[in-house]
Amino acid sequence: MLHTVNKSPFEKTTFESCLNHARPGDAVLLIEDGIYAAMKGTAMADRIAGMNGELSLYALGPDLAARGVDEGALLEGISVVDYGGFVDLVAEHDVTQTWL
Amino acid sequence: MKFGILVNEGPYTHQASDSAYQFTKVALEKGHEIYRVFFYNDGVNNGTRLTVPPQDERNIQNNWSELAKEHDLDLVVCVAAAQRRGILDESEAKRHSKDVDNIAPGFRISGLGQLIEIGIECDRLVAFGD
Repeated sequence: MLHTVNKSPFEKTTFESCLNHARPGDAVLLIEDGIYAAMKGTAMADRIAGMNGELSLYALGPDLAARGVDEGALLEGISVVDYGGFVDLVAEHDVTQTWL
Repeated sequence: MKFGILVNEGPYTHQASDSAYQFTKVALEKGHEIYRVFFYNDGVNNGTRLTVPPQDERNIQNNWSELAKEHDLDLVVCVAAAQRRGILDESEAKRHSKDVDNIAPGFRISGLGQLIEIGIECDRLVAFGD
């Protein structure tokens, strides 16, 4: 299953809900303000590290760029995709769960 | 692959309309079929033709209309959500004795059944919202 999260974890709890419900092997794509969850040095970093790679984490490149977030500022293990990659992720997974 | 898109948020609010538009555009470029885009709740505000944003800014409503024209897209706004927010086509405007309709080119007004149909007919349903 693919999960998308579009809000900062410091604003809403959708990312936390997503992590609590996602199953090993699922993919999580961070879009819009959701990309802030992928940054180094935040309170979310340990939470993500604690997932031990059970989930594949992605961040949408254009939304990083729109917020001035450099790829170098992201946690290790986060893959950056463009909209084409977003479309591919949706196609590759049988269901897309949008956390709103 | 056959995609359905759900847009739950109005334009110029956060980013959902823009994200949905970009996703739809790129999915089409990659050769996928967009079966329908369904606009629900505040998302119906994507379907008015009376918006006049500054000329150097994107016009989200026009972008949808142009994409629909180019790819013969089915853009559907929910009738109940639309009536509450003043999005009317010609027959709805007449029925409610309004002096003007404002549905944008390429959009049509219909019911929630059209969303259910996306769920039945499409391989994937992707939702965008707030």
